[in-house]
This record gives sequence, structure tokens and C-alpha cells, in this order.
Amino acid sequence: MVGADREDGAGGLDLALVAHLSRLARLGLTDAEMAAILPQLRAILAAVDRLQEADVSGVDPTAQVGGLYDVMRDDQVEPGLSADEALANAPSREAGLLRVPAIQ
Amino acid sequence: MSLLDLSISELGRGLRAREFSSVELAEEALKRAESLDGKLGAFLRTTRELALEQARTADRRLAGEVDPPALCGIPIGHKDVLCTKGVETTSGSRILEGFRPPYDATVVARLARDGAVVVGKMNCDEFAMGSSNENSAFQPTVNPWDSERVPGGSSGGSAAAVAARLAVATLGTDTGGSVRLPASFCGVVGVKPSYGRVSRYGVIAFASSLDQVGPLAKTVEDAQLVLSSIAGADRRDSTTSPAPVGDLARALHEGVRGLRLGIPREYLEAGLEDGVREVFEGACRWLEAEGAELVEVSLPSTQYALAAYYVIAPAEVSSNLARMDGIRFGPGEPQAPSLLAAYELARNRGFGPEVRRRVALGTFVLSSGYYDAYYLRAQKVRTMVAQDFSRVFEKVDALISPTAPTPAFRLGERTQDPLAMYATDALTLPANLAGISGLSVPAGFTSGLPVGVQVLGPYLGEAMCLRVGAVVERAADVWRRVPAGFDG
Repeated sequence: MVGADREDGAGGLDLALVAHLSRLARLGLTDAEMAAILPQLRAILAAVDRLQEADVSGVDPTAQVGGLYDVMRDDQVEPGLSADEALANAPSREAGLLRVPAIQ
Repeated sequence: MSLLDLSISELGRGLRAREFSSVELAEEALKRAESLDGKLGAFLRTTRELALEQARTADRRLAGEVDPPALCGIPIGHKDVLCTKGVETTSGSRILEGFRPPYDATVVARLARDGAVVVGKMNCDEFAMGSSNENSAFQPTVNPWDSERVPGGSSGGSAAAVAARLAVATLGTDTGGSVRLPASFCGVVGVKPSYGRVSRYGVIAFASSLDQVGPLAKTVEDAQLVLSSIAGADRRDSTTSPAPVGDLARALHEGVRGLRLGIPREYLEAGLEDGVREVFEGACRWLEAEGAELVEVSLPSTQYALAAYYVIAPAEVSSNLARMDGIRFGPGEPQAPSLLAAYELARNRGFGPEVRRRVALGTFVLSSGYYDAYYLRAQKVRTMVAQDFSRVFEKVDALISPTAPTPAFRLGERTQDPLAMYATDALTLPANLAGISGLSVPAGFTSGLPVGVQVLGPYLGEAMCLRVGAVVERAADVWRRVPAGFDG
């Protein structure tokens, strides 16, 4: 498992993994951009590796503070945006729909 | 002397006595912004037509209503991450260039309800990611006290505009210190409300579990007036607290006699500049003289807070910014050969270096195989940071510290080193992880640069922050100082 490879403090992050992340996140990074971002990400990961020193045994994770859960409201219909208003900012639209390039 | 030098209550008296109208006040703010902002870069755009329309409405309310709201007729600015209906809102990013939101953020609507007059949208780091405003895709903002220095970030435009008297008050957002830090660097008051105290509806999200909207203003009272307008439950944001906001104004005059104030030992350790330490120690003496008891406390998990933040915040960024696809808003790449290419081209051209770094980092820490080691562990550390605060607030009423280890640094000084930039927020971001209340208040100067003192209060403890902040403000007696070049 790659996740176990944290010996350099940077999670084993290399160019191939940066390319994978760029694809996953649709960042479209060029080769030069990947080469530039790699040492920056490695430095940040090495710094956040400090987390591994914390004794978190028996500690529950916190996803959100405030203590609210299952916040409900009445199921009432309210006025919303018209289709034109909702689509007004789209760079390409047609017949009340978003127009996008073909999936290939 | 400009009308913009006055506090909100002073302006309110003038407006009610018909010494000047809201239209005249708005004209003055717009004239200052249009003539002086060239050397500051605080505004991404002024909103002259909207301002004058709102000012005319405010003048009618001031003439016709028995008790118009305190903010009626007051010129304000909104950080550009806040949606303003029909007014371009970019978050400081190319990917949203030209975006005109079809609705107002709740905070924008509430200030409009109370008669405030919007004079412009304020520059910020792209999607609020940064501590210097240098990550804005459009322009850097400079510090009004020294044009070779940064205003702090990410709400740098909001802070600089208030300091330079181009707006009476502004809204910013604080995810790891983005209201308090620029407030400290620019010599104004900034409040980070507790998580859930203020609605996030219509706030372009950075890190949803950390983001809060807060005011920047010249005085603690001005900040309180804005906070009282925007705070409180919102049925459009299910994370807002149902607890009543209460009368925050009362806190301004309660003083600190009998309060126990904690000084976190860890906040005074690494990298604190001497000038900052001196100003902070001065504030401590004032608080003691006013009757507060000062005690040293420990927040031992502080050493892990920065690391936890830089896992959790990027993780939420990678998720939140997935919506920036160039399909529904922004210039997009509609001529791209495929849908995948359209996404990649739009995001590659639309995102600056810091946003790319955080999206990549967030994608990484959430990936299968890394999740437990980074994200889950960071969330556990987040619990420890929150427990530290809960423990000390059993013994003290509030915490005080410097807002930042240094005063404003030079433009370009930290842009090549993301970690140095991140460390700027070391004393502010633990409060976001824990969701507690905080404030930065100007306490003095070092080598001509403002220094802020941070007051941290418990969850929903905004009144306590204002109470302590008001005492520091009175003792420091610096809020009427105007940066050279912006006076008169």
C-alpha cells in the first residue's frame, strides 16, 4: 500500500503521483507545472508530517464544530431562481440548457 | 479631515442632524476610493450606481423613520467572496471573472436591510487562500501604512480600505485568520465570530467547516454594530446557531474588572518580534490596571494546529472548488475538444499557483491510502485543539495574545515559500479549528507599523471579545490615526 510509504515525510509523493492528482482534480498541469509544484507539495507534506507525533489514541475526530445535527425545516415550496437566472452565467447554453463539449 | 474619519455613531449623529446626507457621504467615499485607491489596490470595483441608489433610499429612511438602524446611510464594502446580486463577484480568481450572482449572500442582504450603502467589492487572495493579498489574480493590495508592505490576507482589501478611510466598515471572511491578520497589519478592528454565529449562505466557500464572515472597522463599537446586523440564525444555512445573539452593545462598556484573562504560553514562543512583544506587554499592563487578573495558561496541542489546518483546509478546498468547472459560471472553455479538456483548460487557466497547490494537496490527503495518515489524524488533532480551549475557558474568561508574530511584512518576502506564508497564521488558525470567537484590536505601533492584540473568547463568546477589546482600544488610543497620504 502506497499510503504506508511515508518514510521521507512527504508520503512518497513523486511526479507520477502529482500527474495522477492533476488528473483526478482536473488541474490540467503541464509537465513544467508539475515539476514546479512537486517540491512545494513535498515541503508542505513534510511540515504537516508533524501530525504523526501527536498522540491521538482514544481521540474522536471532529468534522464540524457547533454541535448541530439533523437540522430540519418545514417542507414548504418557496420561490427560487428561474431557469434563465440560473443559467445566466454559463458561458455556453442552448434552449434553456447548459451546452458542453462532447464526452470523449 | 474626511467624513470617513468618523465612527459609525458619530456619522449617525451627523446624518440624523442633517449636517450631511447619506448621498453626500457615499459621494465622499466613492471620490476617495476613485482618487486614492490607485496607490492601494483595495477595491476590485466600486459600485457607484448601487451606492447612490442605496444612499437615496437611506436618506428617505433617515428622514421618515422614527428610529432608523445605526447602519442606515453608512458606506461599506464587501470582500469579493460575498455574492452581491447583479454585481460581479470573482473571489479574486480568473475562473469567476464576469460572474454576476443571481442572489445576495445573507450578510449582504442583512446589511442592505439595515440601510448600509455598498461602495465596492474588496480585493482578496484568490478564494481567500493567503495571508498577504498577493494571491489575488487581479492585483496586490498594499499596506496603507507602508506601500512596500502587504496588508495581510486574505481580507486585505477590506482591511486596507477601512484603514485608508475609503469605506467606513467592510466585511471579510476568516478561515484561518483572514479577518484578524489583516486587521492587525492595517491597524483596524476585525472580528472572527464563532462558527455558526454568522450565515455562510452566499459566501463562496473556501473551507466550509472553518469559514466565518466578520466585520472590519475602525473601532470596536463600529465592528459590534456591523456584527449585530449580520449575526444570528439563517434558515438558508443549517450550520447557523439558533442561540440568540443578545445585546452585544452592552459589552462595550462593562470593563474588565474581575475578569480572568489567560495568556497562552505557546503563543509567545516561536518567532515573536520584539516590537510586537512590547506592544502586547503594554496591553497586558493596561488590562491589569483596569482590574483584570492575568494568568499564564497552556494550550499544548497548539504545536500540531498548523499541520492539522493545512490538511483539513486543503481537503475541503479540493472538494468545494470542484464546482469551479467553467460550465455554469466563469469564462469557461466552451470550444474545447472534449468535456475533460474543457474542465482542465478552464481550471488550469482559471486557478493561480496557491489554489492549485491546495487543490492538489487536498486531493492527496483525501486519497485512498493516505486518508487515515493525514485527514483522519488531522481531524483528531482538531478535537485536541478544541479540548485545549474548552479546558482553559473553565478557568479564564478570555485569552489574549498578539494577533501575529510580526507586523506587516514586505511584498514578495514570503511568496516563494508557502510554508513561511502559512506560519503567518499560527496564532489565529487554532480558533478556527475550534470554532470559537475572536477579535483583533489595534494596540500600538512598532517602527511605524500597526500591531494588533488578539482576544479569543469561548464559543458564542463574541460579547466577551468585544468587552476586552474595547478596554484595549481605549487604553491604546490610536484609532484616530490615519496613514500618511490618506489623511485629509
